[in-house]
Amino acid sequence: MTRGQQFREGCIEGLIRISGLSSIVLVVLILLFLLREGVALFHTVPLGDFVMGQRWYPISDPPRFGILPLLLGSAVVTAGAAVFSVPMGVASALFISEISKGWVKETLKTGIELFAAIPSVVLGFIGITLLVPLIRQVFYLPTGLTALAGSITLAFMAMPTIISITEDALAAVPRGYREAALALGATRWQMMVRVLLPAAGSGILAAVMLGLGRVIGETMAVMMVTGNAPVIPHTLLQPVRTLTATIAAEMGETVRGSDHYVALFAIGIVLFVISFAINLIADLFLHRERV
Amino acid sequence: MAGSYWRRALRHQRAAFAALFGATFLAASASVVVIGVIFLRGWPALSWEFLTTMPTQGMRAGGIFPAIVGTLELVGLTILFALPTGVSAAIYLTEYAADSWVTRLVRLAIVNLSGVPSVVYGLFGLGVFVIFFGFGASLLAGALTLGIMTLPVIITASEEALRSVPQSFREVSYSLGASRWQTVRHAVLPFAVPGIMTGTILGISRAAGETAPILFTVAAFYLPRLPHSVFDQAMVLPYHLYVITTQIPNIPPTQRTGTALVLLLLVLSLNLSAVMLRSHFRRKRQW
Amino acid sequence: MVDPEAASGVKMSIQDWSVWYRTLRALQAIRLDIRAHEILGIIGPANSGKTSLLRSLNRMNDIHPAFRCAGRITLDGKDLYRELDSQQVRYRVGIVFALPLPLPLSIRENVTYGPRLRGERDRPRLDRLVEHSLQAASLWDEVKDRLDHPAMTLSGGQQQRLCIARTLAMEPEVLLFDEPCSGLDPISTAKVEETMVRLKSQYTIVLVTNNTKQAARVSDRTAFFLTGELIECDRTDVLFTHPRDQRTNDYLTGRFG
Repeated sequence: MTRGQQFREGCIEGLIRISGLSSIVLVVLILLFLLREGVALFHTVPLGDFVMGQRWYPISDPPRFGILPLLLGSAVVTAGAAVFSVPMGVASALFISEISKGWVKETLKTGIELFAAIPSVVLGFIGITLLVPLIRQVFYLPTGLTALAGSITLAFMAMPTIISITEDALAAVPRGYREAALALGATRWQMMVRVLLPAAGSGILAAVMLGLGRVIGETMAVMMVTGNAPVIPHTLLQPVRTLTATIAAEMGETVRGSDHYVALFAIGIVLFVISFAINLIADLFLHRERV
Repeated sequence: MAGSYWRRALRHQRAAFAALFGATFLAASASVVVIGVIFLRGWPALSWEFLTTMPTQGMRAGGIFPAIVGTLELVGLTILFALPTGVSAAIYLTEYAADSWVTRLVRLAIVNLSGVPSVVYGLFGLGVFVIFFGFGASLLAGALTLGIMTLPVIITASEEALRSVPQSFREVSYSLGASRWQTVRHAVLPFAVPGIMTGTILGISRAAGETAPILFTVAAFYLPRLPHSVFDQAMVLPYHLYVITTQIPNIPPTQRTGTALVLLLLVLSLNLSAVMLRSHFRRKRQW
Repeated sequence: MVDPEAASGVKMSIQDWSVWYRTLRALQAIRLDIRAHEILGIIGPANSGKTSLLRSLNRMNDIHPAFRCAGRITLDGKDLYRELDSQQVRYRVGIVFALPLPLPLSIRENVTYGPRLRGERDRPRLDRLVEHSLQAASLWDEVKDRLDHPAMTLSGGQQQRLCIARTLAMEPEVLLFDEPCSGLDPISTAKVEETMVRLKSQYTIVLVTNNTKQAARVSDRTAFFLTGELIECDRTDVLFTHPRDQRTNDYLTGRFG
């Protein structure tokens, strides 16, 4: 290779290495920027008041920046979503990978994966036009914009992730486990419940965590159906406000550099930390399963 | 006695399997229901005027042309940023990086990037591109934000495509005296292109439907004319749908479902083309 | 100044050459000369280090992440690892692998792959190169009117000869063959062997083979390797009839291997 070629090769390699390391740089950058803007809040509002404060009144005088109602809003909606999506998701994964065959299996898988392709704003749109009026009628509520609407919508949004990773976890269980159980006289259902699910346990846990991790970060669909009332939720049948919806809804109204603006960045930090932690834990579970 | 135990167990199994099927059917039919409703209600709204004219009467009538154009421009710009960077990063991971703690850190970073909530990306885009770099709310800021969001998808798909190229191709290339970049460029990359394209199209379809990252970085509610440069704001389909659904009263429902349908058609056709591309190349593969 | 090695007809000289893959030793202090324009056969049971030695000769071992070495290998007197760079080595020392490995390109593109990457752009010269290489590999007559067809449509034996042509297109000085007939039928094997013998006048050839009879048919000298050591090396007719080491005799008579 000539000198000129060597130089060119070195330049290209340099560019490639920079691109490779860019992802680390970006993650750090995101964290840094959030911190830079959001930490300023804690000069005026103590961390304890922020996290545990029960009132989120950013435009009152004096403003209050307690995110407990928002944390609980996110938690309630996510927990509600878990109640629907975990049993349905695991059940679907079981049916698809262990029972169904041929064109039935392919059609079901396609139907589920198709849902993952629908943009969340479209789901929010359907939620508002179909689900919310339904809930209002069924439960005789003044408005159908409730945590329940959010939970149902998020449950369906989490399911493709939960189903696909659970499917992987089930497939990773050695065939011998299934055959041994059946040879000992168990029905297929008994084999699934007593042998398969426990054996795939940590993988299923990871699937659930990843699925719910995705929905904690969900913004548009939730915002459109949960009503945006930043009050501490007592039941599923009332409007709530999630962390994500707060940022999305209020950022447009804030003045740059104001306390409100900074508080929204602080919420961003909380979201970043939560999703980081969930991903980390889910990853640990996935690797424990492989070992 | 054993017989009745078995019969009972079988009855339980039948009930259980029926329940499993019910759950699966529900999960799988949700997408069909959603898509079906939007098609049925939105189809009447679709017309040549709807697709090619500007909105009038405060969005209550007219077309959504600027939103369509804005989405296409935004997505095109996003790919311009995300594709080269993503493919290079994937090349780094598969062809250049040694198995070290740095590499593991890079992978961890990619996994985390893909888990960050979309609205947090919006905040980041606001802080960095709109304010710090001073681009203002613009196609540029929005595309950079969406580009970072799409990066993990492209990297993962490209990595998989590069890894699926047999190692023997590289060996043959090296044995004929090729350098590392020559080998990547001529013996690996050309054969990974289908997988990379599929992943990129899927990444585009996701970026096209995202709202939260563009809320503060590019989206405008109403612009009287199309954007002239990358520093202009733009109307985009997802934001448009959000606004006419939640912020503006008295819009005829067909306007809303029509917009939803156009967005859905765009995203689904991208997905479909990715899937068709993948199976086409899988069949044509010579190795 | 006359290079002493070249003067005695030595093309490549292996001096105290040892190879490790991390902690696993594959070759131990090998001393072997490869003479110009000979066919040197290398035989031995599995895991005897034959392939490691071969791949050391054109620095293909460099690709392996855990590769460590000690000693010296020279090509025309120049140290392969310290005085030459890997690309130069591979231009001059070509290799044909055990399985036919055509790239999923056309026949022509396979043959011109190496030369084009080296910088050859002249179309007529490339065409001549293609014809000469395919003729030297005894494949020209069979493919001359479908040079632009995919290489994958050829039979196994034809693909292997294409790989030989591909290597020849680089105009190397030494050819390494790593069990080149292991996947081929007897007729293709015979064609490849006949090609090797014909090429001897222009190139120096090192042949690793599992098939002792092939070594007997084709090579001028043969070296016997066992668990990483060179046991003995001699003229083929001498080695096969009066081997000096008992282990060589046992291997040749089929007592193990």
